[in-house]
Amino acid sequence: MTLYALTGAVEQGFVYGIMVLGVYLTFRVLDFPDLTVDGSLPLGAAISAVVISSGHSPWLACVLAAGAGFLAGMVTGILNTKLKILHLLASILTMIALYSINIRIMGRPNTSLLGQQTVVDQFAGLSGLAPSLAAPLLFGIMGCIAVLVLFWFLRTELGMAVLATGDNPRMITAQGVNTHNVIIFGVGLSNAMVACSGALVAQSQGAADVNMGVGTIVAGLASVIIGETVFGDRSVGRALFAALLGSVLYRVAIALALSMDLGIFSVTPSDLKLITALLVVLALTAPRIKKRLLFKRGHA
Amino acid sequence: MIRARHVTKFFNRGEVNEVLALREVSLTVNEGDFITVIGSNGAGKSTFLNALAGVFPIEEGSISVADQDVTTWPEHRRAAFLGRVFQDPLLGTCPHATIEQNLALASRRGKRRGLKRGVRKADRALFREKLSMLGLGLEDRLTDATGLLSGGQRQAMTMLMATLVRPKVLLLDEHTAALDPKTAVQIMQLTDELVRSERLTTLMVTHNMAQAIEYGNRLVMFHQGRVILDVSGEEKAGLGIQDLLERFHELGGDGCVSDRALLG
Repeated sequence: MTLYALTGAVEQGFVYGIMVLGVYLTFRVLDFPDLTVDGSLPLGAAISAVVISSGHSPWLACVLAAGAGFLAGMVTGILNTKLKILHLLASILTMIALYSINIRIMGRPNTSLLGQQTVVDQFAGLSGLAPSLAAPLLFGIMGCIAVLVLFWFLRTELGMAVLATGDNPRMITAQGVNTHNVIIFGVGLSNAMVACSGALVAQSQGAADVNMGVGTIVAGLASVIIGETVFGDRSVGRALFAALLGSVLYRVAIALALSMDLGIFSVTPSDLKLITALLVVLALTAPRIKKRLLFKRGHA
Repeated sequence: MIRARHVTKFFNRGEVNEVLALREVSLTVNEGDFITVIGSNGAGKSTFLNALAGVFPIEEGSISVADQDVTTWPEHRRAAFLGRVFQDPLLGTCPHATIEQNLALASRRGKRRGLKRGVRKADRALFREKLSMLGLGLEDRLTDATGLLSGGQRQAMTMLMATLVRPKVLLLDEHTAALDPKTAVQIMQLTDELVRSERLTTLMVTHNMAQAIEYGNRLVMFHQGRVILDVSGEEKAGLGIQDLLERFHELGGDGCVSDRALLG
């Protein structure tokens, strides 16, 4: 793998890392498997592309994207809590609806950002670094800020209520918390992060495409699990950093796989979804298989 | 403190397996009452407690707490008035949160939760002091995950959490039934101490007749969704298990008192 490919993978890892933090918030903290992200990532990208190409600041684009993502997440939360639709199905419904909405926002299925000022250009101009170095650095900083903000939030009164809602909803209801509102807010916050990540992905790749969100949830889960396995999840702070770094490891692993060349067989980008799915299955079942092996050995 | 009027509750209303769980139950709980609630399985005692807590809406009747009509209030809103401890010792605490975080969650019951720090320095001192009253050594383990504790330790914590913000009424739903006998006695002693020292108005559902007789100033017996016995004061104090069984049969009980109720 070339150095260029490596910095590219690290950049992607940090950009998508903000999405992974959102997935961590729903999947691990709220215990709410949320597939909305497959729609809210391109939602953020679409809004970012439209805002930037109409001549506004790329930073404003990120903020607006996050706001729209929050609304999308709220819709899923409301479908689940108020209308009693199963969480998975509720999130799939929002995801499907977002497909149409994203095309409406852009007016077409994709929008190019070539030649437009992105956050990377502005940061490179400000720091004087080459764009290939400025991008991973900027996104790394933003990823770390996202981790710190989320860490701070989860230690506030409200954040602790979010944690408790995922951990023991009956207990926290008896302590006077409206779990419906917490779920609506939590899924909203998660999708705000995912959409913000989408806005940055579009700026990093130079285009927004309505299909760019396919498989976001799987990549997010894979990153969360890789992070937990490699860096551990003893405390909330550690688990958050593990999720961000898990995203980087995931993207580097994919870059490595793509650079592999086994004679006639070589991995193509279209194989990535299969590899990711296998990776997630492996990561999800590994702890159980390990336990079983240890159990057998203990009784042999 | 609590006024329940003609509370009626059906489960699966309009279906073949419809159950009339509460039939026009009326009960007034006075301030300072420590009421033990007994009855056989399916008598409606836990259903009544859950109806008070707002776990489900009732079909008919009204419920007021501290002179506020709460009949239409959702569970989380009524929590401002009520401290609750469940039968399952795992239900009262968050396993992944630390001991101090659990207590902090309970210390904001009925208050707005904002972006202030969840666990503050002043809290910790208070939590240490309260935990040391349990005599379980938990005051030195504030940052341990609550999931590491035993069922009895978690139930003791839940008792503390239910009373951390003074509740208008404390609702105990067979809170010692799932514990081993020794731990059950300890939790019951802790309950009695807390209720007496804080003068808490309390409703305690129990399966255990001896417990129902020993504790509290008033005893209420449920049968088939109705209150069939309500004794207090001197009369309650003079009550024995044999009397209680006789009264139960007299008042239409069909003899299905389980061994558990007698021996438990």
